Amino acid sequence: MTTVASPPAQPPGPPTPAAPPVVEQPRPRPAQTGVWIAIAAISMTFAALTSAMVVRGSAAADWRHFRLPPILYLNTALLLASSAVLEAGRRRVAAHLVWVTLGLGLVFVVGQVVAWRQLVAQGLFLATSPSSAFFYVFTALHGLHVLGGLGGLGYVLRRFDAAGPAPVPALGAAALYWHFMDVLWLCVLVLLVLRV
Amino acid sequence: MGKLFAVVVTIITVVSTAIFIAHTWWLPPDISAHGHAIDRQLSETMISSGVLFVLSQLALALFAWRFGDREDGRRVKPFPGGATPMVVFAAVLVGAEILTLTLVGAKVWAGVFQTPPDPNSLQIDVQAEQFAFYFRYPGPDGRFGATHPELINEASENFFGLDPARDTSARDDIVVPTLTIPLNRPIALTLRAKDVNHAFYVPELRIQQDFVPGLTIPLHFTATQTGRYEIVCTQLCGLGHYNMRAYIEVLPQAQFDQWLKDKAAQQ
Amino acid sequence: MTHATVAGAHRHAPPQGFLRKHVFSLDHKVIGKQYLDLALVAVCTGMILSWLMRFHLAWPETPIPGLAKLSPNGAAGGVITPEYYLSLMTMHGTIMVFFVLTTAPFAGFGNYFLPIQVGAEDMAFPRINMMSFWVTLVAFLVLISAFVVGDGPPLSGWTAYAPLSAVGKDAGPGQGVGQTLWAVSITLFCVAQLLGALNFVTTTLDLRTKGMSLARMPYSTWAWFITSVIGLIAFAVLMPACILLILDRVAGTSFFIPAGLVISDRLQPHAGGSPLLWQHLFWFFGHPEVYIAILPGFGIISHILPVFARKPLLGPRVMIACLVAIAFLSYTVWGHHMFLSGMNPFSATLFSVPTLVITIPATIVTLLWIGTIYGARLRFTTPALFCLGFVSVFVSGGISGFFLAQPSIDTYLHGTYFVVGHFHFVMGVAAMFGIFAATYFWAPKMFGRMMNETLGKWHFWLTFIGVYCVFMPMHYLGLAGNVRRYSAFTDDYLKPLIPLHRFITVAALFTGAAQLIFLFNLIRSRFRGPQAPDNPWEATSLEWSTTSPPPFDNFGGRPPVVERGPNEYGIGSGARGVDYGMQAAAARVSAR
Ligand code: HEM
Ligand SMILES: [Cu+2]
Ligand SMILES: [Cu+2]
Repeated sequence: MTTVASPPAQPPGPPTPAAPPVVEQPRPRPAQTGVWIAIAAISMTFAALTSAMVVRGSAAADWRHFRLPPILYLNTALLLASSAVLEAGRRRVAAHLVWVTLGLGLVFVVGQVVAWRQLVAQGLFLATSPSSAFFYVFTALHGLHVLGGLGGLGYVLRRFDAAGPAPVPALGAAALYWHFMDVLWLCVLVLLVLRV
Repeated sequence: MGKLFAVVVTIITVVSTAIFIAHTWWLPPDISAHGHAIDRQLSETMISSGVLFVLSQLALALFAWRFGDREDGRRVKPFPGGATPMVVFAAVLVGAEILTLTLVGAKVWAGVFQTPPDPNSLQIDVQAEQFAFYFRYPGPDGRFGATHPELINEASENFFGLDPARDTSARDDIVVPTLTIPLNRPIALTLRAKDVNHAFYVPELRIQQDFVPGLTIPLHFTATQTGRYEIVCTQLCGLGHYNMRAYIEVLPQAQFDQWLKDKAAQQ
Repeated sequence: MTHATVAGAHRHAPPQGFLRKHVFSLDHKVIGKQYLDLALVAVCTGMILSWLMRFHLAWPETPIPGLAKLSPNGAAGGVITPEYYLSLMTMHGTIMVFFVLTTAPFAGFGNYFLPIQVGAEDMAFPRINMMSFWVTLVAFLVLISAFVVGDGPPLSGWTAYAPLSAVGKDAGPGQGVGQTLWAVSITLFCVAQLLGALNFVTTTLDLRTKGMSLARMPYSTWAWFITSVIGLIAFAVLMPACILLILDRVAGTSFFIPAGLVISDRLQPHAGGSPLLWQHLFWFFGHPEVYIAILPGFGIISHILPVFARKPLLGPRVMIACLVAIAFLSYTVWGHHMFLSGMNPFSATLFSVPTLVITIPATIVTLLWIGTIYGARLRFTTPALFCLGFVSVFVSGGISGFFLAQPSIDTYLHGTYFVVGHFHFVMGVAAMFGIFAATYFWAPKMFGRMMNETLGKWHFWLTFIGVYCVFMPMHYLGLAGNVRRYSAFTDDYLKPLIPLHRFITVAALFTGAAQLIFLFNLIRSRFRGPQAPDNPWEATSLEWSTTSPPPFDNFGGRPPVVERGPNEYGIGSGARGVDYGMQAAAARVSAR
C-alpha cells in the first residue's frame, strides 16, 4: 500500500535484473487450508439446519418423540475407530491403514442406512413428523459428506499407487476432513438425542 | 469528456431533486391518526439524505470537470488532509444523522406497532385468501365464533370456516367484503391468512402488514377522514395477486352504526 | 518459489485437444471466460424477460408479436396473462441475481484475475474449479428448462416465499414442476458457488507469489477474497434451506407449511411448519447475497479508478477496512427485509440499527472514490467513465437505503416500486457498471485485443442516461404508493401513474437497445479488434506484467516477484513519461 516506500518507477520495458531477495515464506499447504475452509462452510450448513430445527420444534404440536435406533451408537464407535486408524495411517504414511479406514467408513454408511430401515420399519417416514424429517435430513446430509470423504481417501490411495513420493499433504488434508466428520457426527448425535 | 460528464450528472441531479421537491408524485393525503409522524420522518429523511445526495453528485461532477488529464505536465494532487479527516467527518456526520433518525424513527414505529390497541377499539377479524379479503364483525353478541379451516367453503360463502350450527357466537357474525369503519374510532384488526402470505396495505392510512398463514397478527389504527379507499395486497400471493383488492369505507359514527344494524338484521 | 512446489508439474503441462483446452479445461482463465459467457447468455435472457414485462405494464392489452408462438399458454394471442407476468418476473429476478450478478463479477472476473493478481499459476484446486463451473451451468439449464416443461416457470418471485413456494400445484400454474426446478437449480447453484469460494479463499491465502503480502494485494483481489468469505457462509445456509423446501414440495414434510391451509378449496395435508422460518433463512442468505453482487464491483472500481486517475486510491487501508466492515455487518441486518412480516415488532428496531450503521462504511467508500478523483489527471476512457458512473448510481441507490432502513418509513414504502428502484440502482445498475468497467478494462488482457473506444463511449452515455430514466422514476412511483409485483395497474388508484410507467418502458427499451452496441463491440473486438499491448492502460498490478492474453501458466514459468503495492500512481517527476511503478517487473519484453 502507500506506506511501502516507493522505489523509483520501473518502466515496464526490458527484462529486469534479478529481483531483490525476499524472505522465503513458510511453505503453504493449500489442501489443508481448503479443508479448513470446507469445515467452516459445512459447520455453517449444519448450524443453519440446527437453528431451523429449534425454530420448527418450538412451534410444533406435531413433534413426535421417538427412540433413536440403537445401531447409531455402534456406527458412532465405527466412525471413531476409523478416525483412529486413519490418524495412525497418517503418522506412518501407511496406505494399508487408509484402506482400513475406507472399509470402516463404508460400513458406517451402510450402518446409517440400516438405521433408516429400522425407523421405516417402525413406521417413521420422512414426512411422519418433523422429528423424523430432521432425523433423515441430518443423517443423510452427514452421510453425503462422509461419502465425499471416502472419495477423498480414494484419491489419496490412487496417489499412493502412482509413481512419485507418497502424497503426504493430501493424506493430511483427508485425515483432517475425516476427523471433522467425527466431530460433526457427534454434534449431530447429541442434537438428535436431545431433541428427537 | 469530463465536462460532459459533469453537465450530465448535474442535470440528472437537479431534475431528480426538483421532482422530489415539487412533490410531482407524492404520497396521497394522510387519513390516519398516526400518519403525520411517519410523513414527518419521511420528510426529514428526504431533506438530510437529499443533501448528501446532491453534495456527493455535485462533488463528483465538479472533480470530473476540473481534473481531466490536460497533458500539461501538472502533477497529481493528494486530497487535502488525506483520508483521515474526511473519514472522521463522514463517520460523524452520517453517524449523527442515523442516530437521530433511529431515535425518532423508533418512537414512530413503536407508536404504530408496539403499543397495545386502545381497549375501546372496534374489533374486526380479517381473513386474506387468494385473491380477496373478508372482514368479520362480532355481531350484536360482541363475540367472534370460532374458526375451523376444514369448514372453509367458497361456494357456501363460509370464508372463515364458521360453524353456526353448533357455535352460537358464530351465528350473528357479520362477514363482508368491504372494510367499513367509523371515523375517529380506534380499529383493532386481527389478520389471518387462509392459504399463503398476503399483505394489508392502505397507502392513505400509512399502514402495511403481512398476513402469515399459521399466525394471527394484530394491527391497529384510527382513520381521521371519511371516504372510500383501496386496500391492496402487497405480498406476492399467486396469479391473481394484482387483482387482490378491497375497499375501506370510513363513515361518520352515526352512519356506521346504522350500517352495522342493517347488516346484523340481514343475518 | 512457493507455489511451484505445491502445483505439481504434472498439473501444469498445457492440455492438448479441443475438449481439454476449451471445454473441460482446468485453466482458471478458460473457466473464468466460461463463467462470463454464461453470464452473457443469462443477462440477455434476463433482459428480454424484463422488456416483455415492461411492455406489458405500459400497454397491457397490446399483443406482442411472436410471443403467442413461444408461449401458447402464457401469452395466448400475444397478451401476457397475469400469472405469466409473475413467471417472467420470477425468472428475471432469479437469473439476474444468481446467474448474472453472482457469476460475472465474482465467479467470472474473479476466476480469471484473482490467480494472476496474486501471481499464481492457477487456482489451488483446478478440478474443483472446473466442477464449480459445470455445476453452475447445469443449475442454469435446470432453471431455464422450467420454461418448457410442466406448466411453465414458477411465479413466487426470486424470494420464493413459503407457503406459496412450498405447497405445490394447488398454488397455481408453475408452482408444480416449475417451482421444484427452481429449488433444485438454486441448490445446485449454492453447491457450485461454495466450491468456487473454497478455491478463491485458498488461492488467496496460500498461492501468493513471493513478495505478495496481503497488504500488497490489489483491491479487486481483496474484494473477491472478502466476497468469497461472505459466499461461504451465505450459500452454506441457502443450500439446506432449499433442500428443506424441496422436501416440503416432493416428500410431504412440513418445514415451512403450517396446518390448516386451504388452497384451491383443498385442505393441505401439512401441519406445524413455519413460513417465517423460510424468510429468516432466505434473508440470512439474501442480504449477504446483495453484497456478493456489489463487493466485487467495489473492488473493481477501486482497482480501475486509480489507473485512470493516475493517482493512488485515497485511503487504501480505510477502503479494505470498510469492505471488511460491510461484510461483517451484512450478516446482522437480514431482518430489514422482514419489518412487516409479522415477526416481533421490537426486532424491527434491532435490525434497523445495523442497517443504518452499514451506511457509514458505504458512505466512506464513496467519499474515498470521489476524493481519489480530486487532483487527478483523469483519462476519460470507457472503463473510467463506467467507474465514474458507478459512483453516481451507487450514491443514488444507497441514499434510498436510508429510507427503507427505517421501519417507520418502510411501513409505507415496503412492497412498492421504491424498493424496486433502490435495489436496481445499487444491485442491478451499480453491479452492472462494475461489470462493464471490468470488461472494457480487462478485455485487452483476456482476448489480446482492444475494444472499440468510440462504441464504448456511446454505450456508456446511452446507458448512463437510460438507467436514470428507468430507475429514478420508480422512486416516484413508490412514493405515490405504487405496489410492486403487479401485472397491471388498470381501473384503480394507480391509473394516474400509467403515463410514468409508459415513460419508464420506453426508456427501458432504449437502454436495452443500447446494450446491443456493447454486444456488437464485445463480439467484434474479440475477433477483430486491434492487437492489445501487454499494458495498454499503464497499470501496476501483476496481470499487466504478463502477455495479453497470458500464457497457459500465466507467467511463462517465471513467477513474478512483487516489490510494491498496487497503488503506485502519480509518482516520478510529473512530466510526460512513466508515472507509475509496477508491482513486479514485466515478465517478458512487451510488444511495444
Ligand atoms: C446503503 C446501504 C443500504 C441500505 C441501508 C439498504 C437497505 C435496504 C432495506 C431496508 C431493504 C428492504 C426494503 C423492503 O423490502 O421494504 C432493502 C432491499 C434491498 N436491497 Fe438494500 N440497502 C443498502 C444497500 C444495498 C446494496 C449495496 C444492495 C445490492 C448490491 C442492496 C440490494 C437490495 C435488494 C436486492 C433489496 C430487495 C429485495 C427484495 O425485497 O426483493 N441494498 N435494502
Ligand atoms: Cu397478493
Ligand atoms: Cu438487505
